Amino acid sequence: MYTEKVMDHFTNPRNVGEISDANGVGEVGNAKCGDIMRIYLKVEDNIIKDVKFKTFGCGAAIATSSMVTEMVKGKTLEEALEISNQAVAEALGGLPPAKMHCSNLAADALHEAIKNYIENKGQ
Amino acid sequence: MKRVYLDNSATTQTHEEVAKIMVEYMTEKYGNPSSIHSFGREAHKAIEEARAQVATLLGANPNEIFFTSGGTEADNLAIKGVALANRKKGNHIITTAIEHHAVLHSCEFLEKEGFVVTYLPVDENAMVSLEDVRKAITDQTILISVMYANNEVGTMQPIREIGQLAKEKGIYFHTDAVQAVGSYPVNVNDDHIDLLSLSGHKFNGPKGIGALYVRRGVRIGSIQKGGSQERGMRAGTENVPGIIGLGKASELAGAEMDEKIKKLTGLREKLIEGIIAKIPDVKLNGHRTARLPGNVNFSFLYVEGESLLLNLDLKGVAASSGSACTSGSLDPSHVLLAMGLTHEVAHGSLRLSLGRNNTEADADYCLEVLPGILERLRSMSPLYASYAASASNPCSQCQRHG
Repeated sequence: MYTEKVMDHFTNPRNVGEISDANGVGEVGNAKCGDIMRIYLKVEDNIIKDVKFKTFGCGAAIATSSMVTEMVKGKTLEEALEISNQAVAEALGGLPPAKMHCSNLAADALHEAIKNYIENKGQ
Repeated sequence: MKRVYLDNSATTQTHEEVAKIMVEYMTEKYGNPSSIHSFGREAHKAIEEARAQVATLLGANPNEIFFTSGGTEADNLAIKGVALANRKKGNHIITTAIEHHAVLHSCEFLEKEGFVVTYLPVDENAMVSLEDVRKAITDQTILISVMYANNEVGTMQPIREIGQLAKEKGIYFHTDAVQAVGSYPVNVNDDHIDLLSLSGHKFNGPKGIGALYVRRGVRIGSIQKGGSQERGMRAGTENVPGIIGLGKASELAGAEMDEKIKKLTGLREKLIEGIIAKIPDVKLNGHRTARLPGNVNFSFLYVEGESLLLNLDLKGVAASSGSACTSGSLDPSHVLLAMGLTHEVAHGSLRLSLGRNNTEADADYCLEVLPGILERLRSMSPLYASYAASASNPCSQCQRHG
């Protein structure tokens, strides 16, 4: 039911973990629905220098989290904000229809992290 | 790669002897049992023998066995068939919150037809209370339907006591025994059962065949209309190979019963004790002892069931989960929720169900690969991180998320 690319990111997820001195953290989903994604960012000079994630969820939730971290590393915040959930799913070669709704939230988590970074910076 | 099948509650391997005899009834003895020629008579005789084999397994009379396409059809026939035929007597049905969807959705259908249905709650072990059944009975109650053993968590219900109560009150008693028949000695007379659903493929028989036991004298109408097969109870040309296979599977199950229960119970205990010993933060779902011999069901806190299943599958272990992601809906298992589990704990459930082919080596292999998978998934889980940071006294009962 999952593409090879999804299974690759599920079995060998990239950038798992936390960043101790992260300057942007975003979390979406809730345990009730069965998916929680948390993204940690280290932003320097408007560039995402480092990104890591922690995810509780199904295969699609883990694979999309992994994929989004690969997609944004080295990008500017503006570029990162343009990445949509749809784009993450496409980069994985698609997701089963049922997963598009509930487990495809990685870009949202990324955007929350960027929002958090901007808020932190403003203070 | 090594493959270990631990999903025998979903379906089982068809017994070789069953498959062999079925082929004979497709390629050689392929007559229609309704035909009067020798081909037909041969098939007719064979299905009557199969009926007797199924009846023997249940302690019933052969003329109380009606073949269906499986457990789902048997449940539909029992519930709708009894309700619609007894409308004048009353409009109330009692069932439980943890039934199979074949029962629950049949009851919902009847609610739309004007019937009133009571869905009894269960306790934290998925056990129905006899007192709750007693209190739910009204002068309108025509049917009580309580499953013999739960398909997800394995809890075995107080069937004999409920049967006795129903008998005293003059109310028909149906049990969905799909998970129990063939894995546990079920006797319709000892348990005071009026109607019982069973399915062939759950005990090494073929898919697409099941039966409904109907005690002589029970008022029930047919649902499927057509020819007069199964004495008018179930129209349609008989699935002869399936019926012969079900008969054979029943005979074999009866002969192997004691041995199978002993073996499966041993493997079950090995898995339960092994998981508790090797993996922290787990919760056994279902009753500790009043439990199907082959059922193991745990919630592994901080992880989600589908990713657990995928990881097990990558190691060759086939299992199932009550997670929403594996059920195709947005909510986790209605059984786990009815037991009072929170959504997140229900999402992390894993069912390992044993069958006659499983070995000690299968259980050992599962116990060998499971801890590593849990460790990896938990290391990725934001729930685990916040838990580990704040908890100084890890508990195994999940009060934190209660």
